[in-house]
Amino acid sequence: MQKGTKFALLLGAVPFITLVFALPFVNRVEPIILGFPFVLFWILGWVILTPPILFAAYMLEKKFNVPDEEDKK
Amino acid sequence: MNAALIIIFGTIIFSSFIGVYAGRRVKMNLENWTVGGRRFGVILIWLLMAGEIYTTFTFLGASGWAYSKGAPTYYIIIYGTLAYTLSFFILPALWKIGKRYGLHTQPDFFIKIYGSRFLGILVAMIGILSILPYLQLQLAGLGFIVEVASNEAVNSHLAIVISFVLTCVFVYTSGIRGAAWVSVIKDVMMILAVGIVGIGVPHIYFGGFGKMFRLLIAQKPHHLIFPGTAAHMDTLWIMSTVLLTGMGFYMWPHVFGSAFSAKSDKIIKRNAIIMPFYQIPVLLVLMVGFTALLVIPGLKNGDLAFLALVNKTYPSWFMGFVGAAGAVTAMVPASILVLFASTLLAKNVYQAGFNPNASEERIMSLSRLMVLVITSFALIFAIFFPNALVNLLLIGYNGVSQFFPGVVLGLFWKRVHRIGVICGLITGIVLVAFLVFGGHDPFLGMNAGFVALAVNAIITVVMSRLINRHPLGGFA
Repeated sequence: MQKGTKFALLLGAVPFITLVFALPFVNRVEPIILGFPFVLFWILGWVILTPPILFAAYMLEKKFNVPDEEDKK
Repeated sequence: MNAALIIIFGTIIFSSFIGVYAGRRVKMNLENWTVGGRRFGVILIWLLMAGEIYTTFTFLGASGWAYSKGAPTYYIIIYGTLAYTLSFFILPALWKIGKRYGLHTQPDFFIKIYGSRFLGILVAMIGILSILPYLQLQLAGLGFIVEVASNEAVNSHLAIVISFVLTCVFVYTSGIRGAAWVSVIKDVMMILAVGIVGIGVPHIYFGGFGKMFRLLIAQKPHHLIFPGTAAHMDTLWIMSTVLLTGMGFYMWPHVFGSAFSAKSDKIIKRNAIIMPFYQIPVLLVLMVGFTALLVIPGLKNGDLAFLALVNKTYPSWFMGFVGAAGAVTAMVPASILVLFASTLLAKNVYQAGFNPNASEERIMSLSRLMVLVITSFALIFAIFFPNALVNLLLIGYNGVSQFFPGVVLGLFWKRVHRIGVICGLITGIVLVAFLVFGGHDPFLGMNAGFVALAVNAIITVVMSRLINRHPLGGFA
């Protein structure tokens, strides 16, 4: 596996950790943030952070991966 | 004729016209019809994929769940995000294979990777059986929205027949391009409708989201945390469900197939990056459901929450606008579902199973014929036997999710073996049917489809390893 792909996979794991495996620990109403119950705020926050995370993964792949033959065409 | 009716039918007819127009001057062969000649840029791919994930369920179901179940409805926001994250890693590799071998459909992929026509036909049959009830759900949702939005001036059957016959016309003429173009109208109207109502109603009744939530927390402190008012949907159920549906989303034959329409793997990757932003309108839909719970509590059918609140709050012409948006929101996914069900039947069941030498022109004309057949069947079922497919719908998502191990291992693990995939898939499907119909869903607090998927994945891997170690001679 290429180095860039490894970094990208690490970043790609973030939404799964925060939006799936962390749920039992954030399942509460308080503290209310920006008017949202905490669990909903947590979910929304990570949903909105996912595009920047994936963009970082994209840039890392571009930087560290050797482009394969088909990509050069 | 009232204003609402004119808006609803004007939109339906105009959308179909755009759909037909989209296919002008494109020579319709199978390549152009099913995968748009693999020429879609970032905007058309976005519209196509957004067209697939935003269905009538988003409108009625998500607000309905927010109203009647509470927190479990958050799963809708989560699973889409997981699906896009997975697509970032999976779809580009899939697209490359599709491009290299000229694949059009999901069974094409299985046949190419595993060299097994049996597996291809099996995948096609599971795909079609999962698509049909999903298609009927769109039709039922459309009829429901139009009937309520027009204040029952239009009978739901009439709305279903008119809009679905028109949908069938633009699928027939324009294929996937028609769906993508109509998706433009759908997206604009849907975002306007959801934006106006979702931001509007909490402000009109309570002066903002925060105040609405505070009131809801004071009245029903447990509504906004898992499991809400649905005791069987606790945190473990949510976790297993978002994993299952996140993995399953791109396994729907029509969603899977639309990945092939992209111009390049880069387009798909960039699309995966921006898609999660599209979950924000879903949040607004949830707000409507929560607001409705405070303003009009006691509805028997939670799916009515969105429309009932709009009806109470806005003038009737705006109700017509929401009805029109809802109708196009059903037409776009319906068109893609019909398109892929037809191609699966013609190419992956008829050609692969009965007539391997059929020419591509023959398959193309047969696919188009199948559009008419499937449309007629869906209409007959939707009107005369509305409940006949409910059982299939229950296992639709669970069923297509079982393709996940075969797809991902097929792309990234050289040693995966077709016998392993076939055994895993069949076990997964049988287990889903057994658990769901036997009343064991949720199983140990988890979504039954997820349990089946885990068993399926283990069987696929273990069998593949065994066969690699002990080749079965001629059999394998």
